[in-house]
Amino acid sequence: MSEQRSLTSRRALLGAGVAAAAGLALAPGVRLIQWAQARSAGELASGQVRWGLLIDANRCASGCTACVDACVQENALQSSIDLRQRPQWIRKVELKQMGADRTAAAPVMCQHCAEPPCVDVCPTGASFKRADGIVLVDRHTCIGCRYCMMACPYKARSFVHEVLTDQKPEVPRGKGCVEGCTLCVHRIDRGQTPACVQACTESENGAMLFGDLNDPASDIARRLRTEASRALRADLGLDPGVRYQGV
Amino acid sequence: MSHRASRPQCPALARSLAGLGLALLAGFCAVGARAEEPGRTPKPTIVIESQQHCIASPETMRREHPDMLRHQRVRTVRLGERGTKVSLNACIGCHADRKTGSVIGSDHAFCQGCHSYAAVHIDCFDCHQSSVRPAPARVTLGATP
Repeated sequence: MSEQRSLTSRRALLGAGVAAAAGLALAPGVRLIQWAQARSAGELASGQVRWGLLIDANRCASGCTACVDACVQENALQSSIDLRQRPQWIRKVELKQMGADRTAAAPVMCQHCAEPPCVDVCPTGASFKRADGIVLVDRHTCIGCRYCMMACPYKARSFVHEVLTDQKPEVPRGKGCVEGCTLCVHRIDRGQTPACVQACTESENGAMLFGDLNDPASDIARRLRTEASRALRADLGLDPGVRYQGV
Repeated sequence: MSHRASRPQCPALARSLAGLGLALLAGFCAVGARAEEPGRTPKPTIVIESQQHCIASPETMRREHPDMLRHQRVRTVRLGERGTKVSLNACIGCHADRKTGSVIGSDHAFCQGCHSYAAVHIDCFDCHQSSVRPAPARVTLGATP
């Protein structure tokens, strides 16, 4: 009998814990500790933060490739291999509305889903989502099976087909691994914006905005609240961290 | 996730690291025992540019650097821990050959010298940059909008 009672109380305690956790999750933006933008040495990525992008296709100039060039430069993606095999972390997509003259352009990269299919299918656990919402490949664990490339509805992942020697110290990459946009995680950890966003801002198109989706005071959260935006393939329910306007 | 955590990650690397540990241990025991008789046992001919003890004594580093690097790489990649004492880029920054700027490329280079002596392949530089490149400064104030 006493055992049963203790079991019941344990259940009650567990229930209270779950309720408390749900309460925390139900109140985004309400937190006891405010995080700083740039983390100090040794500090871990925070689960309070969710990094995201807002891309305005109305401002994205059709011939401009500043974001793509900046990505190639920043991550040392230069390659002379056949285009079909060349890694592509970000690409410009031209859109044309059927039956109308309207066209738009926008960059597409890893959408940093909250429910990433690449993570679901990875057989080794190499594909993972960091606490702050950035979806990455741990190349130490990646076996290059490319299931994630097939699972990604945005075609955001690439496979490295050639031996590399000109990597940047902060962006290690090599033959036999799958890779994709890291949201410039090395820059974010220093307190900077991703290279594509910086290039877009400097190009004066200003089509890309980077920030914390969880912080109600951030520019990106404010604009997502007040302006119309959409997720690509919202029907899949992946809750991407990259949102678009004017598409 | 728990069943994944127990699975050995990168088994080839684990094997080579274990091999390195054994080989180094055997090698340095032999060197220690025959210290009075140079020439009996071949020694690695590495040129060590920086003599300072960055993290721990050379004896500790010889045995434990694979474990240190393997432990830290998980924390850095998966948890986002940056600016720590153990860092492959910090090793390279301190110990790269002053002429070539690299820790590999010759049997006198800091990493390759010992690894080729112990006949252990270094996987690190299949992906990581082996030469010194200027590191960008950490930004202390938030630059994000």
